[in-house]
Amino acid sequence: MIEYLIYFPILIPLLTAITIKSLWPIEITRKLILYIGPILTLACSIYIYDRFDELNSNVDIINIFDNITISLGIEPISMVFLIMVNTLWLVATAYSLGYMISNNEKRLGNFFLFFSISISCANGAALSSNLITLFIFYELLTISTYPLVTHKGDEQSKASGRKYLLILLGTSLCFFLPAIGYVYYLSGGLEFVDQGLLFTNLLPDQINHFEISILLILFVFGIAKAAVMPFHSWLPAAMVAPTPVSALLHAVAVVKVGVFSIIKILVYTFGVELLHGLNTVDLLVYVCGFTIIATSIIALKQDNLKRLLAYSTISQLSYVIIAILILTPSAIIAATMHLIAHAVSKITLFFAAGAIYTSTGFTKISEMNGIGKNLKVVTIAFTLGAMSLIGLPILVGFTSKWYIVQSAASESQWIILSVITISTLLNIGYFTPIIYKFFFNNSNANKKFKDLPLTINFAILSCCILMVILFLYPTLIIEVIKNVQ
Amino acid sequence: MIEHIAAIVVMLPIISSVFVMLIRNNSINWLISTTASLITSIASIMMYLQISKNGNISYAMGGWEPPVGIEYRIDEFNALFIILISIASFLILLYARHSLNSELKENKISTFYSMYLLCLGGLIGILSTGDAFNAFVFLEISSLATYILISMGSDRRALLSAYQYLIMGTIGATLYVIGVGLIFVLTGSLNLHDISIRIQELELYRPLYASLAFITVGIALKVALFPLHAWLPNAYAYAPSVGTAFLSSTATKVAIYLLIKYLFLVYGYDVVYSNKIFVFVIIGLSILAMFGASLIAIFQSNLKKLFAYSSVAQIGYITLGIGLANYNGLIGSTVHIINHSIIKAAIFLAIGCIVFKTKISDTHELTGLGKKMPVIAILLTISSLSLIGIPGTVGFISKWYLIIGALEQGWWLVVLSLAISSLLALIYVGRIIELMWFHQPEDALIVNSKSLPVEMLAITFILTLATVYFGIDTRLTAGLAEIAVQNVLLGGQ
Repeated sequence: MIEYLIYFPILIPLLTAITIKSLWPIEITRKLILYIGPILTLACSIYIYDRFDELNSNVDIINIFDNITISLGIEPISMVFLIMVNTLWLVATAYSLGYMISNNEKRLGNFFLFFSISISCANGAALSSNLITLFIFYELLTISTYPLVTHKGDEQSKASGRKYLLILLGTSLCFFLPAIGYVYYLSGGLEFVDQGLLFTNLLPDQINHFEISILLILFVFGIAKAAVMPFHSWLPAAMVAPTPVSALLHAVAVVKVGVFSIIKILVYTFGVELLHGLNTVDLLVYVCGFTIIATSIIALKQDNLKRLLAYSTISQLSYVIIAILILTPSAIIAATMHLIAHAVSKITLFFAAGAIYTSTGFTKISEMNGIGKNLKVVTIAFTLGAMSLIGLPILVGFTSKWYIVQSAASESQWIILSVITISTLLNIGYFTPIIYKFFFNNSNANKKFKDLPLTINFAILSCCILMVILFLYPTLIIEVIKNVQ
Repeated sequence: MIEHIAAIVVMLPIISSVFVMLIRNNSINWLISTTASLITSIASIMMYLQISKNGNISYAMGGWEPPVGIEYRIDEFNALFIILISIASFLILLYARHSLNSELKENKISTFYSMYLLCLGGLIGILSTGDAFNAFVFLEISSLATYILISMGSDRRALLSAYQYLIMGTIGATLYVIGVGLIFVLTGSLNLHDISIRIQELELYRPLYASLAFITVGIALKVALFPLHAWLPNAYAYAPSVGTAFLSSTATKVAIYLLIKYLFLVYGYDVVYSNKIFVFVIIGLSILAMFGASLIAIFQSNLKKLFAYSSVAQIGYITLGIGLANYNGLIGSTVHIINHSIIKAAIFLAIGCIVFKTKISDTHELTGLGKKMPVIAILLTISSLSLIGIPGTVGFISKWYLIIGALEQGWWLVVLSLAISSLLALIYVGRIIELMWFHQPEDALIVNSKSLPVEMLAITFILTLATVYFGIDTRLTAGLAEIAVQNVLLGGQ
C-alpha cells in the first residue's frame, strides 16, 4: 500500500495542475479542485508519516543506467519537510485565490498551473532517496517557478527571470552536478545512507580531506537555492512575482528545498562524523555568518517591504546552514526546527505584506503609516511574525533559536553564538520601525481602505495559530527528527 | 536474401535515388523515398539483431574475398549508427513533403529527394565499409549529394554556402586520401581490419603519425571540429529546413564515427594515445569548440545559425569523450552522438514548422511565438532545454558519462569546462525561450493561414518526446552504446 502511496504527493499536485488548467473556465470546479488538491496531498503525507515504519526500502521508479536509479524513499527530515510544504500549500491556496482575484491579476489559469507543478517538484525533492532524484526535482523546480517569476511579463520581471534562471541553473550545472558525479566516482553510489554514504563507504585511508573539502564547497555553493552569498541575488530579484509566489515559493518551497538539500547531503551523503574537524566547515561558518550579518544590514536600508523580507529570508536561510554546520545530533534538530519555524513565520509576514498591498496599494514601508488602525488583523499578524523571527517566546521562532543557541554553546562555537546575537539585534532593528509605523503614526489613520477578502484573513490567522501551536508542541517535530542516525 | 543484408542497406537508397531522379513526380517520389528509407531502417534493425545473435558480419562485395576485395564489416558499433541514421532519415522524410513544397520550387523537389537518398546511401556506406579507399568513395558520394542539398535553399546565399562547403569538403577529402596513401605505402593494404593487424608489427615511426595526422585533420573537416567548422553554420542556415535537420542529425555524426573507427579500430589505442600531443590537441580543440562556438551562438541573431553554432559546440562534447578515451568517456561520446541527433532533428524540424507558418529567420522575430503557435513553442522549448543537459532529458545522460569519464582521468579542468559550457548553452537557449514566451510582439507576428500539416507536427512531437523518453529510459541509447563500446572499441575486455 505505502509503496504506491508514496507517489501521491508528487502525482496529486501534478494532476491538480492539469485539471485546473483544462477546467479553468468552469468557476465551481476550479475552486473545488484548488482546495481538493492540497487537502488530498496533505492527507496522503500524514498517512505516509503515520505508516512510516512500514516502508523498509526505497521505491525505485526507473533505473536510468548502471546503478543510478530514480527512486523515492522517506526518512524523518523529509517527512517533516513534506508535511510542512503541503500544510502551507493549503493555506497559501486560500490566500492566493483571494489575492489574485482582488488584485485583478491576469492569466490565473497559468498561475495555478505552474504553482501546483512547483509544489509537485518540491514534494518530489522531499521524497528523493538519492542524489540524482534530488537533483532532477531541484532543477525541475527552478524551471517550473520561472514562469511565475516572469508572470507580470514586463521588462523588470523579464530581467529578474533571466537572473533567476542564470544563477539557479548555472550554479547547479557548474557545481552541483560535478559534485554529484564526484560522489559517484568516489563511492560508486548516490543513495542517502544513514550515517552518510561517504562515511560508510570509504575506508579511513581513502578519505582525502582535500577532496572532501572541495566537495563540501561545491555542494554548498552549487545549491544556490539556499542563497548563501555570493549566490543570493536571485532572491530579491524574484520578488517581482505576485505575493503568493513570494510567500509560498520564495519563503517556503524553493528556498527550503535548497537548505533541505544541504541538510540531507551533509547528514546522509557525507555523514556528520566525516566532517568533524574539517577546516572547510569553519570557512563555511564564516561565509554563512557573513551572509547573515551582511544581509541583515542591507535589510535595514530597504524601503520596499517585500525586498526587506527577501533579505531577511537570505539571512535566515544561512541560520539553518550555520546550525547544521555545528555537526551534532542536536544541531540536526535545531536546523530542521529553524527550517520549519522560519517557513511559518516568513509566510505570515509575506501574507501580511500582500494583504497590505491588496488593501491599500502600498509597497513601500514609508507609506504605511498608521495602517494598524484599519488593518488590525493583518498588522498584528505581521507583528507576531516579526516577533517570531526575532525569537520571542510563545512563538515558534523562540524554540528554534533556543535549540541553535543550545547546540552551539554545547560545542563552544562562540562565533556562531555571537553571529546570532548580532543578527537578533539587527532583526529587532529592521522590524521595529515598521511595527512602530503601523501603530503609532497616525497620518493615514482616517483613510478608508479596501476590505480584504475573507480567504486572506483566514490564511493569515491560520498561520498565526500554527506559529503558536508549534511553540507549544515542538515535540511534534523533535520526536521525528530524533530518529535521524 | 538475409546474407546480403549488409549490401542491401547501402545499395537500396542509392538505387532508389536513381529511380527518383528518373520519375520526377513529386508525390510518387516522396512515396518511393519514404518506403526506401523505411525498408532500410527495418533491414538495419534486422541486421543488428543478427549481429547480436551470430556475431559480426563480414560481407565480401561482389564475391571478392578480403583483403583483396572490398569488405563490408558490420559490428555492434556501426550497426547501431546505421539504425540511427536510417531511422532519422525515415522520420525526416515522413515530415518532409509539405515543408519542401512550401520552401522549394516545384521542379527542384525530385532532385532533392534523389540527393537525399544518395546522401543517405553514401553515409551508410561509410559506416559499413571495411575498406579505406571505399570509405573515401562513399565520403565523396555523400558530400557531393550534400552540396546539392545545401545549394537548394531558397535564400541565394545558399549557393555561396554550398560552394564554401565544397571547397572545405574537398580539402578534407584530399587530406584523407593522402593519409590513406601513406598507410597503403606502410602496410600494403587498404582493408581496415588487415591494416589494423599490420600496424601492430610496424615500428612506430614518423610516416605512421603523419598518416594519422592527415586522416584526423581530413575527417575533422567533415566533422566540423572547431576551428575547421567554418562551413557548417552557413550550410545549416541556408539549406532547406528538412535538409538542415537531415544533415545535422546524420552527416557530421557519420564523420565522427569514421574518426572513432580510425583511432580505435585501425591505429589502435596504444598507437594513438601514446602520443600525448594528439590527446592534448583533441581535448584542447574540443574545449575550444564548447566555449568558442557557444559564445558565438550567444551573439547570433539568425535562428538556424544559432543552433548550427550550438551543433559545433556539441560536437566538441563528442570529441571530448574521444579524447578521454576511457570506458565512460567513450560511452559519453557514443551516446551523445545518438542524443544530439535526436535533439537537433527535433529542433530543426520545429524550426521547419515555424518557417512553414511564418517565413522568419531571425531570433528577434520569434517574439510572441508562444501565443501564436503554442504547441510548436512548447516542443522547441523542451528540445532546447535538453541541449543544456537538464536532468530528465537526453542531454543530461551524455553529460553525466562525460563528467564521470573526466573524473576518472582526474582532469578537473575538463569537468569545469563541461560545467561552464552548459552555462553558456543556458544563456543562448534562455534567450530563445524568453523571446518565445515572455515578449509581447511589437508588430504582431504574421502567421499565414495554412494549417500545419499533421505529419509535420506529429514527427516533431515524436522526436521531442524522444529527447525526454531517452533521458529517463536509456536502455536503447546508453545501453546499446555500452555494448558497442565494450565489445568493439575495447575488444570485449
